[in-house]
Amino acid sequence: MVQRSFSFANMKYLLVGTLFGIVFVKAEIISWFRIQEMFRLQSFHMYGVIGSAVLIGMVSVWLIKKFKVKTLSGEPIFIQPKQFNKGQIYGGVLFGFGWALTGACPGPLFAQIGNGATVIVVTLLSAIAGTWFYGLIREKLPH
Amino acid sequence: MLDFIKQPWPWYIAGPLIGLTVPALLLLGNKSFGISSSLRHICAACIPANVSFFKYDWKKEAWNLFFVLGIFFGGLLASNFLANSQPVQVNEKLVAELAGYGISNYDNLVPTEIMNWSSLLTLKGFLLMVIGGFLVGFGTRYAGGCTSGHAIMGLSNLQWPSLVATICFMVGGFFAANLLLPLILSF
Repeated sequence: MVQRSFSFANMKYLLVGTLFGIVFVKAEIISWFRIQEMFRLQSFHMYGVIGSAVLIGMVSVWLIKKFKVKTLSGEPIFIQPKQFNKGQIYGGVLFGFGWALTGACPGPLFAQIGNGATVIVVTLLSAIAGTWFYGLIREKLPH
Repeated sequence: MLDFIKQPWPWYIAGPLIGLTVPALLLLGNKSFGISSSLRHICAACIPANVSFFKYDWKKEAWNLFFVLGIFFGGLLASNFLANSQPVQVNEKLVAELAGYGISNYDNLVPTEIMNWSSLLTLKGFLLMVIGGFLVGFGTRYAGGCTSGHAIMGLSNLQWPSLVATICFMVGGFFAANLLLPLILSF
């Protein structure tokens, strides 16, 4: 019973994820080619996607804060602030390398596999390995 | 209507839809949009190996795993029912550059000539898929987020560390796409 309610409560996120994945494919955001265009300043497409997403996100968060909007179950909405550390610089640049080579950030990896590029399972497993390795050596890294 | 949906969607449709994910997740359950955390939860669930970074109750964050499973299904549905029959249209300069490396198949979202099962064992394929993937996983966790967690969620919430992270993503990407990738592709 506990297991069932656990899964049921999470079904809504499965649905939002599915819609999100469809947008990823339909707007070619998961295309390796589109990412190469972006990093060569050869197309406005990805800048338009990210820019307008941020704009809508900003307005939404501002409205939620201004009108103290609550969640559907009535909880006050809380967003964890981001703490600065040097990881955002070092890790950010390393992720940028990976983004350009694979043509994907973590979200698109899942959508590419769904879209039929089965070999990307290896890229995803390697990304999981990278995350794991970070966890292992975390305390030795500059932050 | 279906014909309209099957065409590639322009940025001004896709971007706002992605932006709406931010309030949707907040309203549905007070969840902050972010995808790379799912990789950490997978580590915590499958291979915690006594590493303190993976000792937490990942089940509380299971929504994130459902969300990425949804992204996988979305990819599956879009390619089977809503697929655009035309190859991806990209800038001619990119087409010319990639042709020089023997990449001319635009039928899929990944370049199938260099990203396929047999090319995994070549240096080029190994660097692009295995090392590239490793850097995605290592870099996003070190940075504390990816394009979704920092560039979209963090900037939406006016967090300056997220702006630093986003700029660094772009710096790394520009460097790798323009200087590293041509080297790798010419092997």
